[in-house]
Amino acid sequence: MTIDAFIAAFADLLDETDPAEITADTYFQELDEWSSLSNLSVIALVKTEYDKTITVKEIRACETVGDLYNYIENEG
Amino acid sequence: MAFIRAVSYYLPEQVVTNEDLIREFPEWSVDKIASKVGVLQRHVAGPDETAGDLAEKAARKLFAEYGIAPAEIDFVLLCTQSPDYFLPTTACLLQDRLGIPTTAGALDFDLGCSGCIYGLALAKGLIAGGVANNVLLLTAETYNKYIHPSDKGNRSIFGDGAAACLVSREGFAEIGEFVLGTDGSRFRDLIVGTGAARVHERTAAEYPDEEGGLVREDYLYMNGGRIFNFTLEVVPPLVDAVTVRNGNTKEQIDYYIFHQANKFMLNTIRKICAIPKDKFYLDLEQVGNTVSSTVLIGLKNCLDELKFAPGMQVVLAGFGVGLSWGATLLRF
Repeated sequence: MTIDAFIAAFADLLDETDPAEITADTYFQELDEWSSLSNLSVIALVKTEYDKTITVKEIRACETVGDLYNYIENEG
Repeated sequence: MAFIRAVSYYLPEQVVTNEDLIREFPEWSVDKIASKVGVLQRHVAGPDETAGDLAEKAARKLFAEYGIAPAEIDFVLLCTQSPDYFLPTTACLLQDRLGIPTTAGALDFDLGCSGCIYGLALAKGLIAGGVANNVLLLTAETYNKYIHPSDKGNRSIFGDGAAACLVSREGFAEIGEFVLGTDGSRFRDLIVGTGAARVHERTAAEYPDEEGGLVREDYLYMNGGRIFNFTLEVVPPLVDAVTVRNGNTKEQIDYYIFHQANKFMLNTIRKICAIPKDKFYLDLEQVGNTVSSTVLIGLKNCLDELKFAPGMQVVLAGFGVGLSWGATLLRF
């Protein structure tokens, strides 16, 4: 998945945030609507799109959407 | 051969709506609970109402709806993690309260979200082994008694309730082959840590987990991320395995009733398993996650809607605390 496709998929997980606000540099855990349920959405995205497993601990260790993308592509 | 002859359920009278929860947790929204968790309201047992009480009422409903005499029952299986007493066994009390003959066997077994499947496996085994002819399988849970009042996540998900099922040598659906599994190494992912023998005294300990959640040792703790990952890992191969074990291909399965954990988790599993929406039971709106009773409640609701015709094949699957999982197939 390209970084642009990932950003679009990530923005799609959110309910209240304008997708145009999401970039590779977005500090996603600081979004107003970010919650424990958002972590589960990321787990589901990684499983369905990459067939990989990511833990909440690993998600929380990433700061930006770009960090998360790189982690999943390289490690997860 | 063993069959399901009857199924029913009972929910306690007290109802907690999403509006009730929002009054306590104003930072939350009704829409968010409804859209993510899929629950609009949940039933909660009263202060003096136990899992044994709920199980008794479910059994009485079953007897009334199907014209079953208690004298027919020769074995009682009760699945609960909220027994009335440490000892004696709640199923023994239910033998007496339900007027079941003293010649019947009775026992509790301690499982949660996989419990209905294990109960069907045990009942089938008792019948196949010639031990019993009419097994009353009861599932009853009052998790709300274990949940801390400030734990909005678990309070939004879990409802209390009980289900009853009669497993006999004849009935409307034959119970097929089973696939079961257990991973006790992950026992801390869903736990009430104190009160039993390992840590008998309450500790009042609270500390953060690695997900930013809070572990309260004296109350129900669920590590949402780990349980979610467990489910995504275990359930798709479980469904494949039980399909093959019963001599079927996926195309031959008419319907799926999984443990109703929460809407988001079920939708994700459904997508991974590539199950069409119209073959997949999803209804937590009025009852929430009733732990071991969700599969039988789903089965009863489907029967009431006349969803199943003779010849249809339905996969049942349960998964959760233990960690424990299991699946079987019903042939109508």
